[in-house]
Amino acid sequence: MRRRFRGVNEWVEHRTGIQSAVRQFLYEEIPASSGWHQVFGSVAMFLFMVQAFTGALLAFNYAPTPGDAYNSLRYILTELTGGRLMRGLHHWGASMIVVVVVLHMLQVFLYGAYKKPREATWMVGVVLLLLTLAYGLTGYLLPWDNRAYWGTVVTTQIAAQAPVLGPYLLRLLGGEGEIGVVTFARFYGLHVLLLPPATIFLMVLHIFLVRKHGVAPLPGDEAQPKKKFYPQQVFKDTVAIFIAFAILFMMAVAVRVPLEQLADPTDTSYIPRPEWYFLFLFQMLKLFSGPLEVVGSVVLPGLAVLLLILVPFIDRGQMVKVTRRGVALAFVLLAAIGWGGLTAAAVRSTPKETLAAAVDFSGPTDWMQLSPEEMVGIAYFRKENCVSCHAMGGHASAEGPDLTKASIHKDAAWMIQHFKRPSAMRPGTSMPPIQLTDAQLNSLAAFLLKLNEKNATALDNAPDFAVQGALLYQTNRCGGCHLVNGGGMRIGPPLNGLSKRQSRGWVEAHFADPAKMVPGSIMPPYKLAPKDLENLTSYLFALPD
Amino acid sequence: MVPPSEDEGTSRRNFYVVAIYGFWAAISAALGLPALVYLLFPPKAKKVDEWIEIGDIGRLALNSPVEMTFRRTRVDGWKVISEKSTAWVVKGAGDQVTAFGPQCTHLGCAYHWEESKGHFLCPCHTSLFASDGKVVAGPAPRPLDRYQTRLNGNRLLLGKLESPEKKS
Repeated sequence: MRRRFRGVNEWVEHRTGIQSAVRQFLYEEIPASSGWHQVFGSVAMFLFMVQAFTGALLAFNYAPTPGDAYNSLRYILTELTGGRLMRGLHHWGASMIVVVVVLHMLQVFLYGAYKKPREATWMVGVVLLLLTLAYGLTGYLLPWDNRAYWGTVVTTQIAAQAPVLGPYLLRLLGGEGEIGVVTFARFYGLHVLLLPPATIFLMVLHIFLVRKHGVAPLPGDEAQPKKKFYPQQVFKDTVAIFIAFAILFMMAVAVRVPLEQLADPTDTSYIPRPEWYFLFLFQMLKLFSGPLEVVGSVVLPGLAVLLLILVPFIDRGQMVKVTRRGVALAFVLLAAIGWGGLTAAAVRSTPKETLAAAVDFSGPTDWMQLSPEEMVGIAYFRKENCVSCHAMGGHASAEGPDLTKASIHKDAAWMIQHFKRPSAMRPGTSMPPIQLTDAQLNSLAAFLLKLNEKNATALDNAPDFAVQGALLYQTNRCGGCHLVNGGGMRIGPPLNGLSKRQSRGWVEAHFADPAKMVPGSIMPPYKLAPKDLENLTSYLFALPD
Repeated sequence: MVPPSEDEGTSRRNFYVVAIYGFWAAISAALGLPALVYLLFPPKAKKVDEWIEIGDIGRLALNSPVEMTFRRTRVDGWKVISEKSTAWVVKGAGDQVTAFGPQCTHLGCAYHWEESKGHFLCPCHTSLFASDGKVVAGPAPRPLDRYQTRLNGNRLLLGKLESPEKKS
């Protein structure tokens, strides 16, 4: 048995030479000074492989078109076992790879390892850094939530500012007019088809160059006897890789990656923010205005990249000890302070709302659980400006009683009578009669019966689109055929979980002509104004499953 | 630098090798097992068993299969789609109605009823089925799959599609 195994081994070795190639790779001679400071390159390569692996797994359950992209990602997160972990690994892996690539670069820079004859290795490395950032930029759009959409709007507009090339870049990215299917397809194509082979090619070239010139020794190290790459340095690389992976895995498990609302090009309240490693560029842009803006958006970053590429040609001295590279150290410190300061300023200027904008799909928020009728009550509650006299918990100075207190909630019939003639039910009250129809008062009462101390803030914050959407739902009598949150009829399909079943575009087209989208449908067409259509669709999409 | 003694060198080397394999095994397991779970576990979405009314069978002739088409909604990944589907419906003796799924049990081609010969023929690999779904000839491994059926007067309702062999 053992002899046969050796026979197979010899055959493979003779025909392919793989074993001697691996041996040659592992037993490469490295300087005696090699050690822990040189592990970052291996960690970066490992993280790239994790990204490729998790990226492919995500792609197995992902539809790369706007709308569907969002729904399929939501499917990955909520329906598939391990889906949240895969996305977490891919998301945090992207951040981590940026960190590790920069650490790798800092090490090489501080040690002066880019010096002759290793200039080409350094330059290929700078291009690899740019590719890493390009993944971040293109991948940012792929969830197609508000964050993705608005971030990309800004990105493409910045690209458009580039001198001479701007308009062409914009056209290449499909960003003329609005961000839509074309931009999405291009970003996806870049992210999964073009960037990976380019990265692999440059990584191979980078490693080839490292091997060609040998790992950079410390000065005075040349005379020392060399050691082998395997197993000592491989062990150190492996330990570093394991630590990096452990951190990544814990983040993927513990830190939830948000998926915000479906991208909404009409959402004027959304404040876009780029990924954290781009925040310094974002903040720097604020320092320039008017015709100078292009300096902050294109010229300075372009010059920085050029400077980075040219580092080996600017600093051409002999290799010296790290401790004597004061200028390089000062340079790194200056860059770190600049980056840190800009990033901190950007974080401080980020309003809290955008941080809290993520929709929590684990449990429906309070307003999502209301029936359309109760939601409509909120509309009248706001229209009649009830809070001008009534407290909603907290404010004791209000004239009328606190509406969140359960003790003042009578039954609906009492409330409707009270709304019509307040003094008849509560003699001496200063409340004016409410001028609404019975059906409208009914909705108002339905809402007030649901109100309590715990949900008051949440219900008070129910977004306007949802309230308006519910109002449209009510006035068009959708509940005569459909079911929402357990109320209504079962003639048509229940509408909870609609966002999981259909895209926004489909639903909007369906309103205009149901029979065209679902042959044989008995639903009549609804000609809604664009704003109404949007509110109603958004409301239905926000319903819990 | 004093070279380490032979023994010490070997045991340290062994430690490195074992540690390298150990760490990589742990990483592979932590990535590979969740990946398998992610790919192989079915989605959590619960399937609703509903009965679909597909039409009037009052005019069907005895033992003469008819293809009836209907629309059904189906959970398809992240979508619920409404799609056209068909069933071959046969009325047997004593008000007994059978509805066969439209795919050959061999490799899933669509078969049809040959009125002149009195059997179902699958054009792909010439499997033949009798009007009760039993295999007459060809490579088909089992009788035709049947829908659960229910009658509401003359209206036929279809439920789940299942193999008659599994049930027995």
